[in-house]
Amino acid sequence: MQKILISILMVFALLCGAASAWAGTTDLVNALGPGDFKAREQAIAALAASGDPAAVPVLDALDAGKLYMRKADKVVFIIKDDADPATLIDPATGQDAGTAPKATLEKVKVNNALRGVISSAKGGLTLFSPDVATRKAAAANILKAGDASAVDTLEKAIAAEKDPSALALMKQAFAAAVLNSSRPDADKLAAIETLKEVGDRDTAALLAQVANSAEEPVKSAAAAAAASIQSGLASWTLVQNFWYGISLGSVLLLAAIGLAITFGVMGIINMAHGELVMVGAYTAYVTQQVVTAYIPGAADYALLISVPSAFIVTGLLGMAIERTIIRFLYGRPLETLLATFGLSLVLQQAVRSLFGPTNKDVSAPSWMAGSIDITNGLSLTMNRIVIVAFTAVIFFGLMLLMKRSPIGLQMRAVTQNRPMARAMGIKAAWVDTLTFGLGSGIAGLAGVALTQIDNVSPNLGQNYIIDSFLVVVFGGVGNLWGTLAGAMALGIANKFLEPFAGAVLGKIIILICVILFIQKRPRGLFAIKGRWVES
Amino acid sequence: MGMPQFAFAAGETIKVGILHSLSGTMAISETTLKDVMLMLIDQQNAKGGLLGKKLEGVVVDPASNWPLFAEKARELISKDGCVATFGCWTSVSRKSVLPVFEELNSLLFYPVQYEGEESQKNVFYTGAAPNQQAIPAVDYLAAQGVKRWVLAGTDYVYPRTTNKILETYLKDILKVAPEDIMINYTPFGHSDWQSIVSDIKKFGSAGKKAAVVSTINGDANVPFYKELGSQGVKATDIPVCAFSVGEEELAGIDKKPLVGHLAAWNYFMSVDTPINAAFIKDWQTYTKNPKRVSNDPMEAHFIGFNMWVEAVTKAGTTDTDPVLDAIIGVTVPNLTGGYSAMLPNHHITKPVYIGEIQESGQFDIVWQTPGLVAGDEWSDFLPGSKDLISDWRKPMSCGNFNVKSGKCGGAT
Repeated sequence: MQKILISILMVFALLCGAASAWAGTTDLVNALGPGDFKAREQAIAALAASGDPAAVPVLDALDAGKLYMRKADKVVFIIKDDADPATLIDPATGQDAGTAPKATLEKVKVNNALRGVISSAKGGLTLFSPDVATRKAAAANILKAGDASAVDTLEKAIAAEKDPSALALMKQAFAAAVLNSSRPDADKLAAIETLKEVGDRDTAALLAQVANSAEEPVKSAAAAAAASIQSGLASWTLVQNFWYGISLGSVLLLAAIGLAITFGVMGIINMAHGELVMVGAYTAYVTQQVVTAYIPGAADYALLISVPSAFIVTGLLGMAIERTIIRFLYGRPLETLLATFGLSLVLQQAVRSLFGPTNKDVSAPSWMAGSIDITNGLSLTMNRIVIVAFTAVIFFGLMLLMKRSPIGLQMRAVTQNRPMARAMGIKAAWVDTLTFGLGSGIAGLAGVALTQIDNVSPNLGQNYIIDSFLVVVFGGVGNLWGTLAGAMALGIANKFLEPFAGAVLGKIIILICVILFIQKRPRGLFAIKGRWVES
Repeated sequence: MGMPQFAFAAGETIKVGILHSLSGTMAISETTLKDVMLMLIDQQNAKGGLLGKKLEGVVVDPASNWPLFAEKARELISKDGCVATFGCWTSVSRKSVLPVFEELNSLLFYPVQYEGEESQKNVFYTGAAPNQQAIPAVDYLAAQGVKRWVLAGTDYVYPRTTNKILETYLKDILKVAPEDIMINYTPFGHSDWQSIVSDIKKFGSAGKKAAVVSTINGDANVPFYKELGSQGVKATDIPVCAFSVGEEELAGIDKKPLVGHLAAWNYFMSVDTPINAAFIKDWQTYTKNPKRVSNDPMEAHFIGFNMWVEAVTKAGTTDTDPVLDAIIGVTVPNLTGGYSAMLPNHHITKPVYIGEIQESGQFDIVWQTPGLVAGDEWSDFLPGSKDLISDWRKPMSCGNFNVKSGKCGGAT
């Protein structure tokens, strides 16, 4: 009987304990609501100190702007989505708590300083998570922030950690935390040695910060470590500039390669080339809208789907332009220039009337987001890598088409000797249409790629038309290799000039150099015979 | 007053000029302002017009072409007989129309934040002067612990002048060392930001908290923010505080990587006041688009238009000189829940807000000035401009009065 009584009492006590823990968390969560950012910072610290794992989703919601306070009674809820009325979730239990109109709720706001506090608080709470990735992320957060309050928790986590990669990261995080803590200098000097091996920019910043504030001998050791990391990073600057040059070069090549066919091969000064690029970009936008509306599961691949659709749309548009305007103007370059310039204005205004003057958002697929670290000094952004690869595929595909396919043969034949080609039974007029369509289609492909780095607006094409002509003329009219060489030379030269001369002056210097070069070699880097050059 | 539309005198309208680019690079920003003016005119007509007459908006398109702004302004005043004009966005367009408004003695309401250093008798500056946007933003960042500054801008008059003021302010008032300031200019529409963003990252890893103050204008912002996102520059590490990126400009960008970056304005769509809620509702109904956003220059037009209406009502005429006298001191509600007043220097009082970008494309206000800030036409931080004041009331009636020499005219 007594036993039973005791166990009942124990259960009761446990229940009370649990209930009071919940109630405590609820109070801590509710404290996030009212008050200013300073008060909120203290509330977050208190929540983190509670060690309650229920605090993690609350902090996540706060970070994501999904934590709201009911205006009437100042009770804090997590909201499920952006719907109005909002579906409320009780932060302590994770249970549904009914709905409420948005107007009766007030968002619990965070600012950048608080985001830092949240991320290190979460670091402390998730260091013991069963998931390795979560533990590593927690350690990485502490490493970056160098949060001194995490020292003791980290020591325990290191003792308990089994995964070697997580352990290494935790040791680095521990070193970062020690540097900002009040531990003895010997510990700090050891920590500096550990951090020196990490060697990335964030660590350099952390060490430099310590060097600014600490006392000797930590001060000079940290300064020396920061300097050695910085000089290690600096040695990669050359490689980095080269890569930036190549990636700028491939954007220029993308924009110019369609022009290399219409202007270089056919000799048509197509001022509407930029607008064809723009139409390609808008096709990518429309494709993405359609795909996300009808096949939401494939949204991540919408950009891939828009590659063929942009090629077809702009290719057909180009063929229509050739059939209705250009073919009446062959051999009259000035009139072609004026007609296509007029056309470019028409296309721009048409797109503006259809889609409005504001920018359209073509979102980046998840596989194109972020960057990869090659080494500590060199990280390449994914979207640029994809664009360089995409450009290479187009360039060599086009090369193959021109050199190895029957249609390519016919195109070159018509370009080099039209009467002879016709005598051989080639339908020259039809080949002209196809050639122009091919150049336009490739412009459309360029448009798809440009959505990832530039803005999709009616002015998109205008920004690239001058650069495109520059590349084609500089590289040598009528030669695809010349276009490649021209684009890369301009891109790389630009990126090596920019750090010294600045973006504005850099562009001017390049332009002057090209003008001087054209004076010396009017036919560009690689000159070739063609209808355009013959006359 | 049940049916005010009967109150109009037959065949008589008051013409109001709307001078905003509907094509060219600036169309992206200015088309919206044209729409908002037409809406305000409609609303005023529904309230019974002005002086018993109906208002009529005359829309022209200067096509982002600065000399054409002057021509179109002349056409609005001389040919169409507009008594007041609302328009311009870029400083260069404003500078090109100034002589026209002075010569023909007509009124211009200019709704966009600008670089200051100007006060003209015929112009009312309803956007922010540098002390109503740039200086408070820098103060906010400094209070957040920022010690290193990147001043990044597009290469033209507004960023150059604003950055000159900011540089002096940082060095003289906040005592920032010259090596902790990096200044960078890029051409209009600049699209390749790789090296600059990586330079900014490098600049920010010197152990002192760094921030970017961005006066990058127009289209170039989109690739800039895209590059920041893909190179992983987070707002918690290096915040970017922009002076010309608002709700409209964000519409074309993926906001996920940008959460926490800042903007300084005098109005945000997210301001929670009944008058703002009503304005947004009207705006979305008028444009028949429930997703349309509002922004700061729209609010400036709202304030400017209401001030003009009030001044004309007070003067009892639309003639320029009586309205010029009547408008100083006029106070109208702004959309953020307070009142803005027209000052003798033709600038207005407004609150200053700092907002952080949210994933929704809206801004969360994280800081605001405790009260209204009076627009300062001549910067207190630039030599030569320090001693100048402007007061368009009689008898002084001068835009650049030198308090040291006691003379009107001439900067130094």
